[in-house]
Amino acid sequence: MLTIRNLRSYYGRMQALKGVSLHVKEGEIVALIGTNGAGKTTLLNSIVGLVSSITGQIIFLNADITHQSPREIIRMGVSLVPEGRQLFAPLTVMENLTLGAYQRYRRKEKSKIKSDLDTIFERFPVLKERQSQVAGTLSGGEQQMLAIGRALMSGPKFLLLDEPSMGLAPLIAGQIFQIISQLHRQGTTILLVEQNAAAAFKISNRTYVIETGRVVLQGASEELLHNREVKRAYLGREYKEVWE
Amino acid sequence: MAIWNSHFECMTKDELEQLQLERLQATLNRVYRSVAFYRKLFDQMGLVPDEINSLDELSRIPFTGKTTLRAGYPYGMFAVPLREVVRLQCTSGTTGEPIGVGYTRNDLTHWTEVSARVLCAGGVTKNDVVQICFDYSLFGGGLGFHYGAELIGASVIPGSNLDPARQVVIARDYRTTALIATPGFAIRLAAVVREKGLGPADIHLKRGLFTGEPFSERTRKQIEDELNIKATDNYGLSEIAWPGVAGECEKKKGLHIFEDQFIPEIIDPRTKEVLPLGEEGELVLTTITKEAFPLIRYRTGDITALDASPCGCGRTLIRMKKVAGRTDEMVTINGVSFFPSQIEHIFSQIWGVEPRSCLEIDRRGNQDIVNILVKVSEKIFFDEMKKLQDLKSKVEREIYQDLGISVKVKLVEPDSFARETKGKRVIDKRESS
Repeated sequence: MLTIRNLRSYYGRMQALKGVSLHVKEGEIVALIGTNGAGKTTLLNSIVGLVSSITGQIIFLNADITHQSPREIIRMGVSLVPEGRQLFAPLTVMENLTLGAYQRYRRKEKSKIKSDLDTIFERFPVLKERQSQVAGTLSGGEQQMLAIGRALMSGPKFLLLDEPSMGLAPLIAGQIFQIISQLHRQGTTILLVEQNAAAAFKISNRTYVIETGRVVLQGASEELLHNREVKRAYLGREYKEVWE
Repeated sequence: MAIWNSHFECMTKDELEQLQLERLQATLNRVYRSVAFYRKLFDQMGLVPDEINSLDELSRIPFTGKTTLRAGYPYGMFAVPLREVVRLQCTSGTTGEPIGVGYTRNDLTHWTEVSARVLCAGGVTKNDVVQICFDYSLFGGGLGFHYGAELIGASVIPGSNLDPARQVVIARDYRTTALIATPGFAIRLAAVVREKGLGPADIHLKRGLFTGEPFSERTRKQIEDELNIKATDNYGLSEIAWPGVAGECEKKKGLHIFEDQFIPEIIDPRTKEVLPLGEEGELVLTTITKEAFPLIRYRTGDITALDASPCGCGRTLIRMKKVAGRTDEMVTINGVSFFPSQIEHIFSQIWGVEPRSCLEIDRRGNQDIVNILVKVSEKIFFDEMKKLQDLKSKVEREIYQDLGISVKVKLVEPDSFARETKGKRVIDKRESS
């Protein structure tokens, strides 16, 4: 579904990605883990066209989207749930959701949008309850659900999730991961960026480990769990064993 | 015909190339970060791993040779700290100092996987009783096959290094159906079967997978006839994975290389240029899933050629021909072992230059006969005949004194030299006669 070759992204003279290649197949959930500043968010932003200074190749559904506008990329079926949710805080839940589908109103998909909205309310009953509440007053978990719901309103084939568990209590984070798993089971292809590596490994098929803008490990998530380097760096276990 | 992992063994070219590129880039980033030798090498070349943007650009990186691995013995080339290594093995060291090899848990998982692919390609199923006649030691082989066969779910007999007579008794008693051995060992087993007067009712073997020695079509035919089995070839090396680099399927049209884990190239061993697809040369392998002991462009010393034409078995993996010989070929003549390079050295000492030469080995009765074909230009051939004759006998004497073998030096014109040697350093006719 998505194939990236040698992606290099720059913020001015600073190079954030140094030749990243990766792929996501239809129906897969692929995790991207790494420390702060490794380039995970840059990678997602580059895919959706938010980083303008990039080289390399990004191919989505056999079309080269490397230098397309975010608007065009979203129209093709890519949707991003950004880091820190980025909701429109003063607007209501309903207004946020409606905005998620803003490109589709022009395409006269009103009845389809309505049915998508119903599906989202089914999945997140709490959003239905609070549809007229201002987004900024929701709890962290509810905000994350709203962010996911808003992304789903564009009717995506491919969902990018940037640290969906960030700042959430473990119990709530667990719920969010369950929702992601459900979305995946129902056929959405997902690229997931996470700091919570243990959870990311658990729900993903494959994982890429990214370090200072480069991929250093990749493989089946189950396998990477056995990589002790990954365990130490990202799962926080075994640190007592470092004795040299 | 079953395929063990149809996901990785039947990928489209695009899928495979994307996967290889991703894994190659990750491997290069890791070796640059963690292996002092590669970091130094890249720095010397002014090369950053990030610059490798396609599989073709792999050829920009220098080769890794046996000498480097020996210099790093035992842990110098490891890319992970020792505490992450769960298995240590080494090469046998028959051609010099040993090479230490380490495996992380994931490396063992991958090795077991490719071993299962080899066995499955050779026809082994969970219903087989597999007898493994490879030493279960530091040198790989036995353990590699063992875990692969267990993964398939076959009943595995670790026959290890028991002598042929006892192996035959075990094969008879346990009704072994699949034999894993060297071709030479299989022939010795066949001899024991004959001596003991055992027939098809006693020996239930159906298939055999052979490796570890040159395995000619003639030997295959002999093993298949004498043991009444289907015999397939497979390839690996202790430095990388033995078994598990490549395995022959039941079509017997070459050995499928597991390209999702190893990138093969064929080079001219003399010029070190990458050769076009299909040409015969030295096999060079890059490991792209190894964690503990990754090797970039490792010169295997094995001579083969690649074949990308589709195979009837359904696997899309490229195939290598049976290994035709070794670049650093050790030759044994009437019980004396030596390297062609030793002969070349004697030439250079006496002649002052090292001419292109080729050893032609044949067998008459019980004696090995060696002719050394030496390429001479026409000019020298006519002008300095007498002098050459003297040099010729001097070399023959010197070789006899130095190595203890009698040889005949034959002076050959360039055209017929090329025709007769086909670029090889050694032509061994003993196997095919």
